Amino acid sequence: MAKEYETVIGLEVHVELATRTKIFCGCSTAFGGSPNSHTCPVCTGMPGSLPVLNRKVLEHAVAVGLATNCSITRYCKFDRKNYFYPDNPQNYQISQLYLPICRDGWVEIDTPEGAKKIGIHEIHMEEDAGKLIHDEWEDCTLVDYNRSGVPLIEIVSEPDMRSAEEVIAYLEKLRLIIQYLGASDCKLQEGSMRADVNLSVREKGAAAFGTRTEMKNLNSFRAIARAIEGERSRQIDLLEAGEPVVQETRRWDDAKETSYAMRSKEDAQDYRYFPDPDLAPVSISDEYLEEIRSRQPEFRTEKMKRYKEEFELPDYDIEIITGSKHMADIFEATVALGSQPKKVSNWLMVETLRLLKERGMDPEDIRFSPENLAKLIDLTESRAINSTVAKEVFEVMFEEDIDPEEYVEKKGLKMVSDEGALRRTVEEVIAANPQSVQDYRNGKEKAIGFLVGQTMKAMKGKADPGSVNRLLKELL
Amino acid sequence: MELLSLSAVELGTAIREGRTTAVEAMEAVLARIEEKESLYNCYITVDRDGALSRAADVQRRIEAGELTGPLAGVPVAIKDNLCTEGLLTTCASKILENYVPTFSAEAVLNLERAGAVLIGKTNMDEFAMGSTTETSAYGVTRNPADPEHVPGGSSGGSAAAVASGECFFALGSDTGGSIRQPASFCGVVGMKPTYGTVSRYGLVAYGSSLDQIGPLSRTVEDCAVILEAIASHDVKDSTSVERQDTDFTSALVRDVKGMRIGIPRDYFGEGLDPEVRAAVLQAAELLKENGAVVEEFDLSLVDYAIPAYYTIAAAEASSNLERFDGIKYGYRAEAEGLHQMYKKTRSQGFGPEVKRRIMLGSFVLSSGYYDAYYLKALRVKAMIKGAFDEAFGKYNCILGPAAPTTAPRLGESLSDPIKMYLGDIYTIAVNLAGLPGICVPCGTDKKGLPIGLQLIGDCFREKDLIRAAYTYEQLRKEGK
Repeated sequence: MAKEYETVIGLEVHVELATRTKIFCGCSTAFGGSPNSHTCPVCTGMPGSLPVLNRKVLEHAVAVGLATNCSITRYCKFDRKNYFYPDNPQNYQISQLYLPICRDGWVEIDTPEGAKKIGIHEIHMEEDAGKLIHDEWEDCTLVDYNRSGVPLIEIVSEPDMRSAEEVIAYLEKLRLIIQYLGASDCKLQEGSMRADVNLSVREKGAAAFGTRTEMKNLNSFRAIARAIEGERSRQIDLLEAGEPVVQETRRWDDAKETSYAMRSKEDAQDYRYFPDPDLAPVSISDEYLEEIRSRQPEFRTEKMKRYKEEFELPDYDIEIITGSKHMADIFEATVALGSQPKKVSNWLMVETLRLLKERGMDPEDIRFSPENLAKLIDLTESRAINSTVAKEVFEVMFEEDIDPEEYVEKKGLKMVSDEGALRRTVEEVIAANPQSVQDYRNGKEKAIGFLVGQTMKAMKGKADPGSVNRLLKELL
Repeated sequence: MELLSLSAVELGTAIREGRTTAVEAMEAVLARIEEKESLYNCYITVDRDGALSRAADVQRRIEAGELTGPLAGVPVAIKDNLCTEGLLTTCASKILENYVPTFSAEAVLNLERAGAVLIGKTNMDEFAMGSTTETSAYGVTRNPADPEHVPGGSSGGSAAAVASGECFFALGSDTGGSIRQPASFCGVVGMKPTYGTVSRYGLVAYGSSLDQIGPLSRTVEDCAVILEAIASHDVKDSTSVERQDTDFTSALVRDVKGMRIGIPRDYFGEGLDPEVRAAVLQAAELLKENGAVVEEFDLSLVDYAIPAYYTIAAAEASSNLERFDGIKYGYRAEAEGLHQMYKKTRSQGFGPEVKRRIMLGSFVLSSGYYDAYYLKALRVKAMIKGAFDEAFGKYNCILGPAAPTTAPRLGESLSDPIKMYLGDIYTIAVNLAGLPGICVPCGTDKKGLPIGLQLIGDCFREKDLIRAAYTYEQLRKEGK
């Protein structure tokens, strides 16, 4: 009889913090500068330069720790992790090993069996490395230190997850908490959130953990799910064949849906961690902690409850809108401008989601402003434009965040409210389509639809379909 | 007027009063360098043209009334581990043979603001690792008191330049005695301030938790004036301390009445040269005769300072020196592949003493040894600080020798590194405890080699040291 196996998973999640400047110098963290344009002596490891902690990094780390029920280390230090690689200009990374800023937290996820707590072992602050670029033409490798010193937090979970679904639920939970805090945009694809999966299998009921592997290079939820399935079967196959699982780091190749070993425990480096003497230890006062705590935002669960009570939105709408802090912010701001909540929700749920999906974008990428959405809703509600035109305008707004009032005015998209002009057009359409008129008079109710369409076409869409319908019935 | 015999403060006064100019002073220094440098080798880089043009510029600003401070127009030499914008900074290592910094150290900028004029960069032990200036990749520096002897180290070039008139004052750095010991060997004044008093920004790090920049000068007055100019709170250095009491010249008072001075018996035990012992105790006697309360006490833990120091300093150095890898700047060896390039660059670029300390430091930090060596050394460091705290409950200053002997002959020290390390016994505890220490000349041995008196103060009590050192210097000058 085949043995039953249980998968044991822990995650190491790196999150790039949304600070304006780097963790130990004043250089910009902005993406897209030309190589080495966002650098200085500190983040390029020049002799004599010294790091100074960006207080904003500490604030974000403490905020994430509080939101994930961690205890905050009141006296924490930075340590140097020593290893040679050209993307690391000092050949040590400033990180935290001995006294990380947050410890012993948890988040709750929903599973088919009910709510489950996933433990957080620790959260620590560290700096990102630069980027190596291989120049095939010159056959040389160049280094870009623009990313060097960009602040990261690493969230290390306990080995509490048992399936890919739980892993995804945990990551979603973390993503939402961090986005709500404004600590990061948490985009997996762009690397502002990265997850390494530690996985082992054991026979169901066994007390001891099996030998684990660490999987790297997972840059989408789908890749993570596939990698977990792949690694689980690989380890079970080994055990079934009586072979040992080797403790090693593996790299996932999502295109080939397979992983390969990068390095084993035997050639694991000794990082010679020790406290960085250039950085003073960080002491956290009660007042500081209270201040960060008082600034914690309304998180998703509370927001969902409030949306139901205050806006009476359907659960599905609430689920989608609060699934992105950015979308929730747009929703609330638009409602605050006077738009009716359900109307705002409809624009977000239908047209916005459709366009995001078509363009392969995240809700975080939404660029239109609440002001413009409110104006568009006003234009439709006051029947200044019809719904077809509104959708067209929205699409432009989605791309370029145009002012819909100006746009409608400039393009002449306002509905023709002149009854005389509309009546003349309807008369022309009736005259030009005797067959349909005949059909309608013979009781084919559907024929009127064709006539409405013809009228709208003649009016270039700028008529209110209701008025057209009414006039047609009157004139026929 | 024999310009080169003036102190920095005397020269500054002469320039302000129009009796000479910054340019004349620089020309005199450059002439002395021309004359003596082939023998002493105090400098790695002499920036002759730059120095003259800077002097002319400073002279204009003095005449325009923009620069009025005591150091305006005074030529200064800077140890070659302090970054100077646009000027070669080698740390006396082959691995930085071509390194030109894009910025200047904060201490150097502070001196420039005070109007001091940079001459060039002084020789030193490679990356400040050594006690003789013999580990330099750019030749040894000779002691102006006797060219067959070393000037001490690691700030040997700075001390020798002050002693030989190749500058009016200099900056050095002190991680375990690197200012005070060469000051002692060359017969000049040298001071290591309280850790955090002078910004380390732009000082190429050796042992970051111990390194401190300080002055080397001809007089205690100069020393106080220079320290006043270079001390500053710097937001670029997280270990920099904000102090309100940096008016060090206010302590230039010839009076030690009632000052309590402790002499640690531990500093006068085995290994101390009898002539050094006699000179130092005679200095103590002189202070006592003039009203100081001098008594002996047991400091304890002195024997543990050397192993603790070499563990901590080497550990930090092994990490600090990782950035010298041939990738971004400095020397790069030709090799196949990244790994080989690293290996060859560092094998060829670093000298033997630096390699020894990198290996020592890597070892004490390695997994399985960290607790037994590094953490234990940190505990010893804390205990040493405790012993000093106790002593400063009773005394204003601690008095002792700066080094067990006078300057050794060239070539005698490097063959026995342990013996060389033991020579640091009286200076390193000061760095471990973050304390200020000053060395002032207190005589010569039979061979005519200078002997230094070390005074150690409590954290942030440089003024006690300056007052005691100044009084002693004046009494000695008066022939008392």
